[in-house]
Amino acid sequence: MIFFLMALLLHIDIVSTAIDSQYCSEKVTIVHIVVCLKQVPDTTEVKIDRKTNTLIREGVPSIANPFDLNAVEAALVLKEKYGATVTVISMGPPQAKEALRRAIAMGADQAILLSDRSFAGADTLATSYTLAQAILKLQDAGGVDLVLCGKQAIDGDTAQVGPGIATRLNLTQLTYVSKIESVDADGKHITVERKLENGVEIVRGNLPALLTVVKEIYKPRYASLPCLIESLAYEPVVWNAKQISADSSQIGLEGSPTWVETIFSPPLREGGVILNPGDENYDKEFSGLIDTVKKIVAEERSKLVCS
Amino acid sequence: MNRIEFDVVVVGAGPAGITAAYLLAKEGLKVALIERGEFPGAKNVMGGQFYSYPMRDIIPEFWEAAPLERAVSEKQLWLLSRESKIGFSYKNPQFGAPPYNAFTVLRAKFDRWYAEKARQAGVVIIPETLVTGIIKKGTQVIGVKTGRENGEIYADVVVAADGVNSLLSKYAGLHGEIESRNVALAVKEIIELPQGVIEDRFQLEKGQGVTIEFMGEFLKGMVGTGFIYTNKTTLSVGIGCLLSDWVDNGVSPYDLIEDLKSHPVVRPLLQKGTVKEYLAHLIPEGGYRSLPPLYTDGMLVTGDAAMLVNGLHQEGSNLAIMSGKFAAETILEARKAGDYSARTLGAYKKKLDESFVIKDLKKYSNAMPLLENNRHFFSTYPRLLSDAADEFIRVDGVPKKKKQRMILKGIFKRRGIIGIIKDALSAWRIVK
Ligand SMILES: Cc1cc2nc3c(=O)[nH]c(=O)nc-3n(C[C@H](O)[C@H](O)[C@H](O)COP(=O)(O)OP(=O)(O)OC[C@H]3O[C@@H](n4cnc5c(N)ncnc54)[C@H](O)[C@@H]3O)c2cc1C
Repeated sequence: MIFFLMALLLHIDIVSTAIDSQYCSEKVTIVHIVVCLKQVPDTTEVKIDRKTNTLIREGVPSIANPFDLNAVEAALVLKEKYGATVTVISMGPPQAKEALRRAIAMGADQAILLSDRSFAGADTLATSYTLAQAILKLQDAGGVDLVLCGKQAIDGDTAQVGPGIATRLNLTQLTYVSKIESVDADGKHITVERKLENGVEIVRGNLPALLTVVKEIYKPRYASLPCLIESLAYEPVVWNAKQISADSSQIGLEGSPTWVETIFSPPLREGGVILNPGDENYDKEFSGLIDTVKKIVAEERSKLVCS
Repeated sequence: MNRIEFDVVVVGAGPAGITAAYLLAKEGLKVALIERGEFPGAKNVMGGQFYSYPMRDIIPEFWEAAPLERAVSEKQLWLLSRESKIGFSYKNPQFGAPPYNAFTVLRAKFDRWYAEKARQAGVVIIPETLVTGIIKKGTQVIGVKTGRENGEIYADVVVAADGVNSLLSKYAGLHGEIESRNVALAVKEIIELPQGVIEDRFQLEKGQGVTIEFMGEFLKGMVGTGFIYTNKTTLSVGIGCLLSDWVDNGVSPYDLIEDLKSHPVVRPLLQKGTVKEYLAHLIPEGGYRSLPPLYTDGMLVTGDAAMLVNGLHQEGSNLAIMSGKFAAETILEARKAGDYSARTLGAYKKKLDESFVIKDLKKYSNAMPLLENNRHFFSTYPRLLSDAADEFIRVDGVPKKKKQRMILKGIFKRRGIIGIIKDALSAWRIVK
């Protein structure tokens, strides 16, 4: 653990020197940002159908996936900084327009709904394919520098769609981004902070890139009244399967090899130990902890030897 | 920047506001409906039985499309002593067929559906927006302020439909803080049970429902009632008592609802149910005497904001709809006359006065003060009645004649002959 932290610190150190050296003039470098946004049932109301092990979405109010709104906000901040255009896309039924309008109220430039009966029943594989096809179309129309997604959707919690799109489109994949440090002046690289379980990692990657963001990145803004009212009348563009040249075997139910065996809540993970150098038994507890760690390491090692 | 202007701004997307907005948009007016909740209904709570009149005049055969729970074909009143109950029931299967008398509803779903109708009629629904003040020009209300950036919005006339403890009427100086004896605090739980279990337990035909009202010792002498309403796959279980009584008695609503739920004759109805939601809301129950002024220059006050609730009959949402309808009619007339001052808007009050809304509230205008001063109705009498029933039904070798004498003796000892005559008189004055 300690070694790991040290390694991490060292890593951060190295990267941040790298950043300093090229953090100078800021020209317009990001021209077009695409944000993927999903409409999800409000999970405070989600029910599971015990027979089919799928989510019951009927009658449950839908909201824009909260992490996706963080992504929209990040895109808007970049828009303000670099003058980029922000396009929001969503795959879903016509009702998903409501979630898209929310992004428009916040300040996104345009919204596209991918809607077609044949998209229904998609798992993460088919969803990432469908979204990737739409992004391809946007790329062909004039390029996409950055794709932003929420870290995961709160209904399925898979966190697979963003990485799926990145892989399909061969974009640099940067997940769990908590901060966008900078975009290179030449428009070739982006530097971000990734929030990991054990700390923070600063990474530089090539553009175009796909980022999935955590909520710490930016709090979604509260739209002004004129923007909100204007958005209520906004009609998103709708693209169907044909319009994104989708291969029918890769979309919807047909393109979805996933089946759900069971759904259950995992047991709560226990919290870690916090030792405070000011505490009375600090020394004792600290050496006790070190002993435990040593023991675990020894055990793991012996397992390796055996196999 | 351009001013945001509408013909009418309605504040609050409950039954009152949605009705006014819907009817005005249908006549071609440009209407904004502002709601603080994430969507209309998100924050709304009700028992609730929703009377089909006057909704059925506004959207004919609304039951074909609206998300309703069950058609109420039976109404029960249970008087609870500590360990037993005496029940009264009226069941009429005709209430379970068109045009229906009442439905149980879950307002989060119902209001959302109704608001969507309004949106289709052309209403601009502005969600997640809190109205924080009114804009006046002289004495005339000409718009409202909201909590959003550049949040002023102007209109010929504003409809306050912002529910109990209306901020808008306060801002307009129509009333001050409402008195705690003029509002009830209601708490309720939504308890989930399979549809079949509910129908078996409450002996219901498919799709039909029952409402049960409770009075008795569990209320600890407070003025109020408990209730169970059957929904499709849930029960609404709750208690409403005067806010002043909760405060004076220092009883926690949560404890009281637990007492009701664990009562020996109530418990079996709830067995194996899981609590899904816990909600609390105020109900303006002050009745006729507590009505604030209902209009001013450029503004009309509707529904709970106007304290239009008939507590004894659990009528609130239907009165809200009626007032929303009258508000819309009045605004159309004012538009024709080109005058939105109090002089023209006064027609609203007249319409209400001439309808069942104010007539009913007037009829019961003595009820609240009387009930407040005579708490025996809520606890002593349920106790006495159940003692009497117990004595009469129990076979234990005591001759019936003697039992009758014992019953009467018990009653007079507990309340006294003068007390009983006084109570009978007040009961008569309440319902006459
Ligand atoms: C527990 C309980 C049980 C009840 N049982 C029944 C029953 O069985 N039958 C019956 O008919 N009635 C019943 N009622 C009463 C009924 O709910 C009300 O009378 C009815 O909802 C009034 O409608 P309204 O449109 O006037 O107000 P509401 O339904 O309260 O709507 C007001 C709306 O205004 C919004 N709002 C408030 N302030 C602002 C602001 N500043 N800015 C923007 N928006 C705002 C609110 O979010 C809300 O959506 C019950 C009430 C309760 C609490």
